[in-house]
Amino acid sequence: MKKVMVGNHAVAWGARLARVEVISAYPITPQTQVVEKLSEMCADGTLAACFIKVESEHSAMAAVIGASATGARTFTASSSHGLLYMHEMLHWAGGGRLPIVMADINRAVGPGWNIWTDQNDSLSQRDTGWVQLYCETNQEVVDTTVMAFKLAEQLNVPVMLMLDGFYLSHTAEPVDIPDQELVDRFLPKREAPYKLDVEHPHAFGALVKPDAYMEMRWLMQEALRKVPQALEAIEKDWMRMFGRSYGAIEAYRAEDAELLLVTSGTVTSTARAVVDARRAAGEKIGVLKVKMFRPFPTTLLRDALSGVARVAVLDRNVSPGHGGIFAEELRSALYDLPAAERPEIFGYVLGLGGRDITPTVIDDVIEQTRTGTVPSRADLWVGVNL
Amino acid sequence: MRELRLHGRGGQGTVVASKLLAVALFLEGRQVQSFPMFGVERRGSPVTAFLRVDDKPIRLRCEIETPDDLIVLDSTLISATDITAGLKPGGRILINSDRAPEDFPQLLERAHVSTVDATGIAVRHGLGGKAQPIVNTAILGAFAADSGLISSRTMCDAIREEVPMLIDANIAAATEAMGAVRHAAMGSVAVREVARA
Repeated sequence: MKKVMVGNHAVAWGARLARVEVISAYPITPQTQVVEKLSEMCADGTLAACFIKVESEHSAMAAVIGASATGARTFTASSSHGLLYMHEMLHWAGGGRLPIVMADINRAVGPGWNIWTDQNDSLSQRDTGWVQLYCETNQEVVDTTVMAFKLAEQLNVPVMLMLDGFYLSHTAEPVDIPDQELVDRFLPKREAPYKLDVEHPHAFGALVKPDAYMEMRWLMQEALRKVPQALEAIEKDWMRMFGRSYGAIEAYRAEDAELLLVTSGTVTSTARAVVDARRAAGEKIGVLKVKMFRPFPTTLLRDALSGVARVAVLDRNVSPGHGGIFAEELRSALYDLPAAERPEIFGYVLGLGGRDITPTVIDDVIEQTRTGTVPSRADLWVGVNL
Repeated sequence: MRELRLHGRGGQGTVVASKLLAVALFLEGRQVQSFPMFGVERRGSPVTAFLRVDDKPIRLRCEIETPDDLIVLDSTLISATDITAGLKPGGRILINSDRAPEDFPQLLERAHVSTVDATGIAVRHGLGGKAQPIVNTAILGAFAADSGLISSRTMCDAIREEVPMLIDANIAAATEAMGAVRHAAMGSVAVREVARA
Protein backbone atom coordinates (compact mmCIF):
# COMPACT_ATOMS: atom_id res chain seq x y z
CA MET A 1 0.00 0.00 0.00
CA LYS A 2 1.44 3.35 -1.03
CA LYS A 3 0.70 6.48 0.98
CA VAL A 4 2.00 10.03 1.05
CA MET A 5 3.30 10.60 4.56
CA VAL A 6 5.76 12.66 6.59
CA GLY A 7 8.89 11.09 8.08
CA ASN A 8 7.50 11.19 11.60
CA HIS A 9 4.57 9.04 10.52
CA ALA A 10 6.90 6.74 8.61
CA VAL A 11 8.67 5.98 11.89
CA ALA A 12 5.34 5.28 13.60
CA TRP A 13 4.34 2.95 10.77
CA GLY A 14 7.64 1.10 11.08
CA ALA A 15 7.12 0.57 14.81
CA ARG A 16 3.56 -0.55 14.20
CA LEU A 17 4.61 -3.07 11.54
CA ALA A 18 7.24 -4.41 13.96
CA ARG A 19 4.40 -4.99 16.47
CA VAL A 20 6.17 -3.21 19.31
CA GLU A 21 4.77 -4.19 22.69
CA VAL A 22 5.83 -1.30 24.91
CA ILE A 23 6.29 2.36 23.96
CA SER A 24 7.30 5.00 26.45
CA ALA A 25 7.63 8.67 25.64
CA TYR A 26 7.58 12.16 26.98
CA PRO A 27 5.11 14.08 24.85
CA ILE A 28 6.28 17.71 25.12
CA THR A 29 8.71 19.70 22.89
CA PRO A 30 11.15 18.68 21.46
CA GLN A 31 9.06 15.53 20.96
CA THR A 32 7.58 15.05 17.49
CA GLN A 33 4.55 13.56 15.73
CA VAL A 34 6.23 10.14 15.99
CA VAL A 35 4.74 9.40 19.39
CA GLU A 36 1.58 11.39 18.64
CA LYS A 37 0.86 8.97 15.78
CA LEU A 38 1.83 5.95 17.88
CA SER A 39 -0.50 7.01 20.69
CA GLU A 40 -3.30 7.36 18.11
CA MET A 41 -2.55 3.85 16.85
CA CYS A 42 -2.63 2.50 20.42
CA ALA A 43 -5.89 4.36 21.13
CA ASP A 44 -7.70 3.15 18.02
CA GLY A 45 -6.51 -0.43 18.49
CA THR A 46 -4.46 -0.75 15.30
CA LEU A 47 -1.38 -1.27 17.49
CA ALA A 48 -1.67 -3.54 20.53
CA ALA A 49 1.09 -1.90 22.56
CA CYS A 50 1.28 -0.57 26.09
CA PHE A 51 1.93 3.19 25.83
CA ILE A 52 3.55 4.57 28.97
CA LYS A 53 3.48 8.34 29.32
CA VAL A 54 6.22 9.62 31.56
CA GLU A 55 7.41 12.93 32.98
CA SER A 56 10.76 13.14 31.17
CA GLU A 57 12.91 11.55 28.47
CA HIS A 58 15.17 10.12 31.16
CA SER A 59 12.16 8.22 32.50
CA ALA A 60 11.03 7.26 28.98
CA MET A 61 14.33 5.46 28.38
CA ALA A 62 14.26 3.97 31.91
CA ALA A 63 10.77 2.60 31.23
CA VAL A 64 11.71 0.91 27.95
CA ILE A 65 14.87 -0.47 29.59
CA GLY A 66 12.70 -2.14 32.24
CA ALA A 67 10.20 -3.39 29.67
CA SER A 68 12.94 -4.65 27.36
CA ALA A 69 14.50 -6.58 30.26
CA THR A 70 11.23 -8.54 30.59
CA GLY A 71 11.61 -9.67 26.98
CA ALA A 72 9.20 -7.17 25.38
CA ARG A 73 9.84 -5.45 22.05
CA THR A 74 10.20 -1.77 22.96
CA PHE A 75 10.36 1.58 21.20
CA THR A 76 10.73 5.25 21.97
CA ALA A 77 11.49 8.47 20.10
CA SER A 78 13.01 11.78 20.99
CA SER A 79 14.97 14.70 19.64
CA SER A 80 17.64 17.21 20.54
CA HIS A 81 17.59 18.09 24.24
CA GLY A 82 15.22 15.21 24.91
CA LEU A 83 17.84 12.78 23.65
CA LEU A 84 20.52 14.53 25.70
CA TYR A 85 18.37 14.13 28.79
CA MET A 86 18.33 10.37 28.11
CA HIS A 87 22.11 10.21 28.04
CA GLU A 88 22.65 8.31 31.29
CA MET A 89 19.95 5.79 30.41
CA LEU A 90 21.33 5.32 26.89
CA HIS A 91 24.48 3.94 28.52
CA TRP A 92 22.36 1.59 30.62
CA ALA A 93 20.57 0.30 27.52
CA GLY A 94 23.85 -0.15 25.64
CA GLY A 95 25.75 -1.75 28.50
CA GLY A 96 22.69 -3.82 29.43
CA ARG A 97 22.64 -5.20 25.87
CA LEU A 98 18.94 -4.46 25.53
CA PRO A 99 17.59 -4.52 21.95
CA ILE A 100 15.63 -1.27 22.23
CA VAL A 101 14.95 0.65 19.03
CA MET A 102 14.51 4.40 19.08
CA ALA A 103 14.14 7.18 16.55
CA ASP A 104 15.87 10.50 16.96
CA ILE A 105 14.76 13.49 14.95
CA ASN A 106 18.07 15.28 14.40
CA ARG A 107 17.73 18.78 15.75
CA ALA A 108 20.35 21.28 16.85
CA VAL A 109 21.30 21.71 20.47
CA GLY A 110 20.93 25.05 22.28
CA PRO A 111 21.96 27.67 22.87
CA GLY A 112 21.12 29.38 20.52
CA TRP A 113 17.70 27.95 21.00
CA ASN A 114 16.93 26.21 17.72
CA ILE A 115 14.51 23.51 16.57
CA TRP A 116 16.06 22.99 13.13
CA THR A 117 18.20 20.13 11.94
CA ASP A 118 21.75 19.17 12.68
CA GLN A 119 23.37 15.99 13.93
CA ASN A 120 25.06 17.08 17.12
CA ASP A 121 22.34 15.65 19.34
CA SER A 122 22.80 12.04 18.20
CA LEU A 123 26.52 12.22 17.44
CA SER A 124 27.18 13.29 21.01
CA GLN A 125 25.66 9.91 22.03
CA ARG A 126 28.10 7.91 19.95
CA ASP A 127 29.88 6.27 22.89
CA THR A 128 26.76 4.86 24.54
CA GLY A 129 26.90 1.48 22.79
CA TRP A 130 24.01 2.10 20.37
CA VAL A 131 24.05 1.33 16.67
CA GLN A 132 23.42 4.57 14.77
CA LEU A 133 21.72 4.62 11.34
CA TYR A 134 21.11 7.89 9.45
CA CYS A 135 18.20 7.79 6.97
CA GLU A 136 17.74 9.63 3.70
CA THR A 137 14.12 9.05 2.61
CA ASN A 138 10.81 8.26 4.30
CA GLN A 139 10.80 4.87 2.58
CA GLU A 140 14.17 4.14 4.12
CA VAL A 141 12.75 5.23 7.49
CA VAL A 142 9.89 2.69 7.44
CA ASP A 143 12.13 -0.10 6.19
CA THR A 144 14.97 0.71 8.58
CA THR A 145 12.69 0.85 11.61
CA VAL A 146 11.56 -2.73 11.01
CA MET A 147 15.04 -3.97 10.12
CA ALA A 148 16.45 -2.25 13.22
CA PHE A 149 14.46 -4.58 15.48
CA LYS A 150 15.81 -7.64 13.72
CA LEU A 151 19.36 -6.36 14.00
CA ALA A 152 18.94 -5.32 17.63
CA GLU A 153 17.40 -8.62 18.72
CA GLN A 154 19.90 -10.74 16.81
CA LEU A 155 22.91 -9.21 18.55
CA ASN A 156 21.34 -7.77 21.70
CA VAL A 157 22.37 -4.22 20.93
CA PRO A 158 20.13 -1.14 20.96
CA VAL A 159 19.62 0.67 17.64
CA MET A 160 18.95 4.37 17.07
CA LEU A 161 17.75 5.60 13.70
CA MET A 162 18.03 9.23 12.73
CA LEU A 163 15.89 11.55 10.59
CA ASP A 164 16.88 15.10 9.71
CA GLY A 165 14.49 17.46 11.46
CA PHE A 166 11.99 18.99 8.99
CA TYR A 167 13.89 17.85 5.87
CA LEU A 168 12.58 14.35 6.59
CA SER A 169 10.49 14.53 9.74
CA HIS A 170 7.99 17.04 8.30
CA THR A 171 8.36 16.27 4.60
CA ALA A 172 5.52 14.33 2.95
CA GLU A 173 6.43 11.94 0.14
CA PRO A 174 5.22 8.57 -1.17
CA VAL A 175 5.98 5.57 1.00
CA ASP A 176 5.26 1.95 0.16
CA ILE A 177 4.04 0.44 3.43
CA PRO A 178 5.24 -3.15 3.63
CA ASP A 179 2.63 -5.85 3.93
CA GLN A 180 2.02 -6.83 7.57
CA GLU A 181 1.95 -10.58 6.93
CA LEU A 182 5.30 -10.43 5.16
CA VAL A 183 6.76 -8.30 7.96
CA ASP A 184 5.53 -10.86 10.50
CA ARG A 185 7.42 -13.53 8.60
CA PHE A 186 10.52 -11.33 8.41
CA LEU A 187 10.38 -10.34 12.09
CA PRO A 188 8.82 -12.94 14.38
CA LYS A 189 8.06 -12.22 18.01
CA ARG A 190 11.12 -11.47 20.11
CA GLU A 191 12.72 -14.40 21.91
CA ALA A 192 14.90 -12.95 24.68
CA PRO A 193 17.70 -15.29 25.79
CA TYR A 194 17.72 -13.72 29.27
CA LYS A 195 14.82 -11.90 30.81
CA LEU A 196 13.16 -10.81 34.02
CA ASP A 197 10.83 -13.66 34.79
CA VAL A 198 9.31 -14.42 38.18
CA GLU A 199 9.27 -18.15 37.38
CA HIS A 200 12.99 -18.16 36.65
CA PRO A 201 14.50 -15.35 38.72
CA HIS A 202 17.61 -13.53 37.46
CA ALA A 203 19.30 -10.38 38.72
CA PHE A 204 20.15 -7.58 36.30
CA GLY A 205 22.34 -4.55 36.80
CA ALA A 206 24.27 -5.88 39.78
CA LEU A 207 27.71 -4.69 40.89
CA VAL A 208 30.40 -5.89 38.50
CA LYS A 209 33.89 -5.81 39.92
CA PRO A 210 37.14 -5.16 38.02
CA ASP A 211 37.58 -8.88 37.42
CA ALA A 212 34.58 -9.01 35.07
CA TYR A 213 33.69 -5.46 33.92
CA MET A 214 36.27 -5.43 31.16
CA GLU A 215 35.00 -8.72 29.78
CA MET A 216 31.49 -7.27 29.62
CA ARG A 217 32.82 -4.37 27.57
CA TRP A 218 34.75 -6.76 25.32
CA LEU A 219 31.58 -8.73 24.60
CA MET A 220 29.74 -5.50 23.84
CA GLN A 221 32.50 -4.51 21.45
CA GLU A 222 32.40 -7.93 19.79
CA ALA A 223 28.63 -7.67 19.35
CA LEU A 224 29.02 -4.27 17.68
CA ARG A 225 31.77 -5.65 15.45
CA LYS A 226 29.27 -8.16 14.10
CA VAL A 227 26.77 -5.45 13.13
CA PRO A 228 27.93 -4.70 9.55
CA GLN A 229 27.78 -8.36 8.56
CA ALA A 230 24.48 -8.95 10.34
CA LEU A 231 22.96 -5.86 8.73
CA GLU A 232 24.09 -7.03 5.31
CA ALA A 233 22.33 -10.38 5.78
CA ILE A 234 19.18 -8.70 7.12
CA GLU A 235 19.12 -6.31 4.18
CA LYS A 236 19.47 -9.26 1.79
CA ASP A 237 16.35 -10.80 3.33
CA TRP A 238 14.56 -7.47 3.12
CA MET A 239 15.58 -7.13 -0.51
CA ARG A 240 14.27 -10.58 -1.29
CA MET A 241 10.93 -9.93 0.41
CA PHE A 242 10.33 -6.25 -0.32
CA GLY A 243 12.67 -5.37 -3.20
CA ARG A 244 14.63 -2.63 -1.44
CA SER A 245 17.97 -2.35 0.33
CA TYR A 246 20.24 0.46 1.47
CA GLY A 247 23.56 -0.75 2.87
CA ALA A 248 25.68 0.51 5.76
CA ILE A 249 27.29 2.69 3.12
CA GLU A 250 26.16 3.27 -0.45
CA ALA A 251 28.32 4.34 -3.38
CA TYR A 252 26.41 6.36 -5.95
CA ARG A 253 27.99 6.85 -9.39
CA ALA A 254 31.35 6.29 -7.72
CA GLU A 255 32.81 4.18 -10.52
CA ASP A 256 36.04 5.81 -11.78
CA ALA A 257 35.29 8.89 -9.63
CA GLU A 258 38.19 11.20 -8.89
CA LEU A 259 36.16 13.13 -6.34
CA LEU A 260 33.63 11.68 -3.91
CA LEU A 261 31.20 13.56 -1.69
CA VAL A 262 30.77 11.77 1.63
CA THR A 263 27.32 12.50 3.02
CA SER A 264 24.77 11.32 5.56
CA GLY A 265 21.05 12.00 5.90
CA THR A 266 18.99 14.09 3.49
CA VAL A 267 21.87 16.08 2.03
CA THR A 268 22.68 12.83 0.22
CA SER A 269 19.62 13.27 -2.02
CA THR A 270 20.54 16.80 -3.05
CA ALA A 271 24.14 15.65 -3.62
CA ARG A 272 22.87 12.90 -5.95
CA ALA A 273 21.07 15.54 -8.05
CA VAL A 274 24.22 17.69 -8.22
CA VAL A 275 26.35 14.69 -9.18
CA ASP A 276 23.88 13.66 -11.91
CA ALA A 277 24.22 17.11 -13.47
CA ARG A 278 28.03 17.04 -13.28
CA ARG A 279 28.27 13.49 -14.60
CA ALA A 280 26.16 14.61 -17.56
CA ALA A 281 28.84 17.25 -18.15
CA GLY A 282 31.55 14.57 -18.09
CA GLU A 283 32.96 15.06 -14.58
CA LYS A 284 34.22 12.00 -12.73
CA ILE A 285 32.35 12.55 -9.49
CA GLY A 286 30.14 10.54 -7.15
CA VAL A 287 28.56 10.27 -3.72
CA LEU A 288 29.33 7.98 -0.84
CA LYS A 289 26.46 7.88 1.60
CA VAL A 290 27.36 6.80 5.13
CA LYS A 291 24.23 5.44 6.75
CA MET A 292 25.85 3.64 9.66
CA PHE A 293 27.94 5.76 11.98
CA ARG A 294 28.17 3.27 14.85
CA PRO A 295 29.74 0.86 14.57
CA PHE A 296 31.92 2.91 12.23
CA PRO A 297 32.10 0.99 8.92
CA THR A 298 35.88 1.25 8.69
CA THR A 299 36.53 -1.69 6.36
CA LEU A 300 33.72 -0.75 3.98
CA LEU A 301 34.94 2.84 3.82
CA ARG A 302 38.54 1.84 3.20
CA ASP A 303 37.44 -0.33 0.30
CA ALA A 304 35.20 2.37 -1.14
CA LEU A 305 37.66 5.25 -0.83
CA SER A 306 41.02 3.63 -1.47
CA GLY A 307 42.53 5.19 -4.58
CA VAL A 308 40.06 8.08 -4.86
CA ALA A 309 42.02 11.30 -5.31
CA ARG A 310 39.89 13.73 -3.33
CA VAL A 311 37.08 13.34 -0.84
CA ALA A 312 34.79 16.09 0.42
CA VAL A 313 33.04 15.22 3.67
CA LEU A 314 29.84 17.17 4.31
CA ASP A 315 29.32 17.40 8.06
CA ARG A 316 26.09 18.85 9.39
CA ASN A 317 27.65 18.77 12.83
CA VAL A 318 30.80 19.86 14.60
CA SER A 319 32.86 18.70 17.52
CA PRO A 320 33.78 22.10 18.97
CA GLY A 321 37.54 22.44 19.20
CA HIS A 322 38.07 19.70 16.63
CA GLY A 323 36.10 19.45 13.38
CA GLY A 324 33.27 17.79 11.50
CA ILE A 325 32.66 14.45 13.18
CA PHE A 326 32.27 12.22 10.12
CA ALA A 327 35.42 13.78 8.62
CA GLU A 328 37.44 13.16 11.76
CA GLU A 329 36.36 9.53 12.01
CA LEU A 330 36.99 9.01 8.31
CA ARG A 331 40.52 10.42 8.59
CA SER A 332 41.27 8.01 11.36
CA ALA A 333 39.77 5.08 9.40
CA LEU A 334 41.89 5.81 6.31
CA TYR A 335 45.14 6.69 8.12
CA ASP A 336 46.84 3.36 7.58
CA LEU A 337 46.03 3.05 3.90
CA PRO A 338 49.21 3.15 1.80
CA ALA A 339 50.02 6.80 1.04
CA ALA A 340 49.48 6.34 -2.70
CA GLU A 341 45.97 5.01 -2.09
CA ARG A 342 44.94 7.50 0.57
CA PRO A 343 42.61 10.31 -0.57
CA GLU A 344 43.08 13.93 0.31
CA ILE A 345 40.24 14.69 2.71
CA PHE A 346 38.47 18.04 2.71
CA GLY A 347 36.23 18.32 5.76
CA TYR A 348 33.36 20.79 5.38
CA VAL A 349 31.14 21.97 8.23
CA LEU A 350 27.83 23.26 6.90
CA GLY A 351 24.08 23.39 7.37
CA LEU A 352 24.26 23.74 11.15
CA GLY A 353 21.05 24.65 12.98
CA GLY A 354 18.97 23.95 9.87
CA ARG A 355 20.75 26.23 7.42
CA ASP A 356 19.67 25.10 3.97
CA ILE A 357 22.13 23.04 1.91
CA THR A 358 21.17 23.86 -1.68
CA PRO A 359 22.71 22.56 -4.92
CA THR A 360 24.62 25.86 -5.10
CA VAL A 361 26.22 25.18 -1.72
CA ILE A 362 27.24 21.69 -2.83
CA ASP A 363 28.59 23.08 -6.11
CA ASP A 364 30.78 25.49 -4.12
CA VAL A 365 32.06 22.62 -2.00
CA ILE A 366 32.89 20.61 -5.12
CA GLU A 367 34.71 23.51 -6.75
CA GLN A 368 36.77 24.17 -3.64
CA THR A 369 37.65 20.48 -3.36
CA ARG A 370 38.45 20.10 -7.04
CA THR A 371 40.62 23.17 -7.46
CA GLY A 372 41.80 23.99 -3.95
CA THR A 373 45.13 23.12 -2.41
CA VAL A 374 44.99 20.63 0.41
CA PRO A 375 43.62 22.65 3.28
CA SER A 376 45.75 23.55 6.25
CA ARG A 377 42.80 23.27 8.58
CA ALA A 378 40.72 20.18 9.17
CA ASP A 379 37.42 22.02 9.29
CA LEU A 380 36.35 24.20 6.37
CA TRP A 381 33.24 26.15 7.35
CA VAL A 382 30.81 26.91 4.54
CA GLY A 383 28.75 30.10 4.46
CA VAL A 384 29.76 31.76 7.73
CA ASN A 385 28.70 35.42 7.48
CA LEU A 386 31.14 37.13 9.77
CA MET B 1 9.94 19.13 -12.32
CA ARG B 2 7.43 21.77 -11.31
CA GLU B 3 7.88 23.63 -8.03
CA LEU B 4 5.12 25.38 -6.10
CA ARG B 5 5.13 27.68 -3.12
CA LEU B 6 2.09 28.33 -0.95
CA HIS B 7 1.67 31.46 1.16
CA GLY B 8 -0.92 31.75 3.89
CA ARG B 9 -1.42 32.70 7.49
CA GLY B 10 -1.40 30.33 10.44
CA GLY B 11 -4.89 28.82 10.83
CA GLN B 12 -5.90 28.88 7.15
CA GLY B 13 -4.68 25.36 6.44
CA THR B 14 -1.66 26.20 4.28
CA VAL B 15 0.49 23.23 5.30
CA VAL B 16 -2.47 20.87 4.97
CA ALA B 17 -3.15 22.35 1.52
CA SER B 18 0.37 21.42 0.40
CA LYS B 19 -0.12 17.87 1.70
CA LEU B 20 -3.58 17.56 0.06
CA LEU B 21 -2.19 18.68 -3.25
CA ALA B 22 0.70 16.22 -2.91
CA VAL B 23 -1.77 13.39 -2.23
CA ALA B 24 -3.89 14.39 -5.24
CA LEU B 25 -0.88 14.50 -7.56
CA PHE B 26 0.33 11.17 -6.16
CA LEU B 27 -3.09 9.65 -6.90
CA GLU B 28 -2.49 10.61 -10.52
CA GLY B 29 0.77 8.68 -10.50
CA ARG B 30 3.18 11.58 -10.07
CA GLN B 31 6.17 11.76 -7.75
CA VAL B 32 5.65 14.38 -5.03
CA GLN B 33 7.33 16.03 -2.09
CA SER B 34 5.67 18.62 0.15
CA PHE B 35 6.89 20.34 3.27
CA PRO B 36 6.29 23.45 5.35
CA MET B 37 8.78 26.29 5.58
CA PHE B 38 10.60 25.16 8.63
CA GLY B 39 9.48 27.48 11.36
CA VAL B 40 7.17 27.78 14.29
CA GLU B 41 3.67 28.32 12.94
CA ARG B 42 1.36 30.58 14.94
CA ARG B 43 -2.22 31.64 14.20
CA GLY B 44 -2.20 34.70 11.95
CA SER B 45 1.52 34.76 11.22
CA PRO B 46 2.77 34.22 7.65
CA VAL B 47 3.15 30.52 6.79
CA THR B 48 4.94 29.15 3.73
CA ALA B 49 4.79 25.62 2.32
CA PHE B 50 6.44 23.98 -0.66
CA LEU B 51 5.59 21.26 -3.15
CA ARG B 52 7.64 19.54 -5.83
CA VAL B 53 6.08 17.35 -8.51
CA ASP B 54 7.84 15.33 -11.16
CA ASP B 55 7.51 12.19 -13.25
CA LYS B 56 10.69 10.74 -11.80
CA PRO B 57 11.82 10.41 -8.17
CA ILE B 58 12.58 13.78 -6.58
CA ARG B 59 16.14 14.20 -5.41
CA LEU B 60 16.36 17.77 -4.14
CA ARG B 61 15.84 18.15 -0.41
CA CYS B 62 16.10 21.86 0.16
CA GLU B 63 13.75 24.81 0.12
CA ILE B 64 12.29 26.02 -3.18
CA GLU B 65 13.97 29.25 -4.28
CA THR B 66 12.59 29.64 -7.82
CA PRO B 67 8.98 28.37 -7.91
CA ASP B 68 6.91 27.95 -11.08
CA ASP B 69 3.59 28.56 -9.29
CA LEU B 70 2.40 30.47 -6.26
CA ILE B 71 -0.79 29.83 -4.33
CA VAL B 72 -1.69 32.74 -2.05
CA LEU B 73 -4.28 31.94 0.60
CA ASP B 74 -4.32 35.45 2.05
CA SER B 75 -4.07 38.46 -0.27
CA THR B 76 -2.87 40.79 2.54
CA LEU B 77 0.45 38.94 2.30
CA ILE B 78 1.05 40.48 -1.12
CA SER B 79 1.86 43.85 0.40
CA ALA B 80 3.23 42.45 3.68
CA THR B 81 5.89 40.10 2.26
CA ASP B 82 7.73 39.62 -0.99
CA ILE B 83 5.63 36.68 -2.13
CA THR B 84 6.98 36.76 -5.69
CA ALA B 85 10.62 36.35 -4.59
CA GLY B 86 12.31 33.98 -7.03
CA LEU B 87 9.12 33.32 -9.05
CA LYS B 88 10.13 32.17 -12.52
CA PRO B 89 9.31 34.70 -15.26
CA GLY B 90 5.98 33.75 -16.81
CA GLY B 91 5.00 31.78 -13.71
CA ARG B 92 1.48 31.53 -12.33
CA ILE B 93 -0.07 33.11 -9.26
CA LEU B 94 -3.42 32.05 -7.80
CA ILE B 95 -4.77 34.45 -5.19
CA ASN B 96 -7.60 34.10 -2.71
CA SER B 97 -9.36 37.39 -3.43
CA ASP B 98 -12.82 38.68 -4.40
CA ARG B 99 -11.12 41.10 -6.78
CA ALA B 100 -10.33 40.59 -10.47
CA PRO B 101 -6.82 39.50 -11.58
CA GLU B 102 -6.47 42.86 -13.35
CA ASP B 103 -6.58 44.50 -9.92
CA PHE B 104 -3.08 43.14 -9.33
CA PRO B 105 -1.23 44.97 -12.13
CA GLN B 106 2.22 44.69 -10.57
CA LEU B 107 1.88 40.92 -10.39
CA LEU B 108 0.56 40.73 -13.96
CA GLU B 109 3.72 42.41 -15.20
CA ARG B 110 5.70 39.26 -14.41
CA ALA B 111 3.21 36.40 -14.11
CA HIS B 112 -0.15 34.98 -15.07
CA VAL B 113 -2.65 35.82 -12.35
CA SER B 114 -5.88 34.12 -11.30
CA THR B 115 -8.21 34.94 -8.45
CA VAL B 116 -10.95 33.14 -6.58
CA ASP B 117 -13.00 34.26 -3.59
CA ALA B 118 -12.00 31.25 -1.49
CA THR B 119 -12.86 33.08 1.73
CA GLY B 120 -16.46 33.74 0.62
CA ILE B 121 -16.80 30.15 -0.55
CA ALA B 122 -15.36 28.70 2.67
CA VAL B 123 -17.70 30.83 4.80
CA ARG B 124 -20.73 29.78 2.72
CA HIS B 125 -19.82 26.13 3.31
CA GLY B 126 -19.24 26.58 7.04
CA LEU B 127 -15.50 25.82 6.97
CA GLY B 128 -13.87 27.38 10.04
CA GLY B 129 -15.39 30.46 11.67
CA LYS B 130 -16.36 33.64 9.80
CA ALA B 131 -13.41 35.45 11.37
CA GLN B 132 -10.99 32.64 10.57
CA PRO B 133 -12.32 30.60 7.64
CA ILE B 134 -10.33 27.57 6.50
CA VAL B 135 -9.83 28.29 2.82
CA ASN B 136 -7.46 25.51 1.77
CA THR B 137 -9.90 23.15 0.05
CA ALA B 138 -11.62 26.01 -1.82
CA ILE B 139 -8.38 27.38 -3.20
CA LEU B 140 -7.22 23.88 -4.16
CA GLY B 141 -10.42 23.43 -6.16
CA ALA B 142 -9.59 26.65 -7.95
CA PHE B 143 -6.03 25.49 -8.49
CA ALA B 144 -7.25 22.25 -10.06
CA ALA B 145 -9.45 24.17 -12.49
CA ASP B 146 -6.86 26.83 -13.24
CA SER B 147 -3.47 25.09 -13.39
CA GLY B 148 -4.03 22.11 -15.62
CA LEU B 149 -1.71 20.23 -13.27
CA ILE B 150 -4.36 18.06 -11.66
CA SER B 151 -7.87 16.93 -12.52
CA SER B 152 -10.80 18.27 -10.50
CA ARG B 153 -11.99 14.76 -9.75
CA THR B 154 -8.67 13.64 -8.26
CA MET B 155 -8.54 16.79 -6.17
CA CYS B 156 -11.87 15.80 -4.63
CA ASP B 157 -10.63 12.22 -4.14
CA ALA B 158 -7.64 13.53 -2.20
CA ILE B 159 -9.90 15.66 0.01
CA ARG B 160 -12.05 12.61 0.70
CA GLU B 161 -8.96 10.59 1.61
CA GLU B 162 -7.15 13.13 3.77
CA VAL B 163 -9.58 15.60 5.35
CA PRO B 164 -10.64 14.31 8.78
CA MET B 165 -14.02 16.12 9.10
CA LEU B 166 -16.70 18.03 7.13
CA ILE B 167 -15.69 16.06 4.04
CA ASP B 168 -18.85 16.87 2.05
CA ALA B 169 -18.64 20.59 2.83
CA ASN B 170 -14.96 20.65 1.83
CA ILE B 171 -15.70 18.90 -1.46
CA ALA B 172 -18.63 21.25 -2.11
CA ALA B 173 -16.35 24.25 -1.47
CA ALA B 174 -13.67 22.90 -3.80
CA THR B 175 -16.26 22.18 -6.48
CA GLU B 176 -17.80 25.66 -6.23
CA ALA B 177 -14.32 27.22 -6.46
CA MET B 178 -13.58 25.24 -9.62
CA GLY B 179 -16.25 27.27 -11.40
CA ALA B 180 -15.38 30.59 -9.82
CA VAL B 181 -11.80 31.25 -10.97
CA ARG B 182 -10.98 34.38 -12.93
CA HIS B 183 -7.82 34.37 -15.01
CA ALA B 184 -5.69 37.00 -16.70
CA ALA B 185 -2.64 36.26 -18.81
CA MET B 186 0.66 37.96 -18.05
CA GLY B 187 0.70 41.49 -19.44
CA SER B 188 -3.10 41.79 -19.62
CA VAL B 189 -3.21 45.08 -17.73
CA ALA B 190 -0.84 46.78 -20.09
CA VAL B 191 -2.99 45.70 -23.01
CA ARG B 192 -6.12 47.04 -21.34
CA GLU B 193 -4.45 50.41 -20.65
CA VAL B 194 -3.22 50.66 -24.21
CA ALA B 195 -6.79 50.07 -25.39
CA ARG B 196 -8.07 52.87 -23.13
CA ALA B 197 -5.44 55.33 -24.33
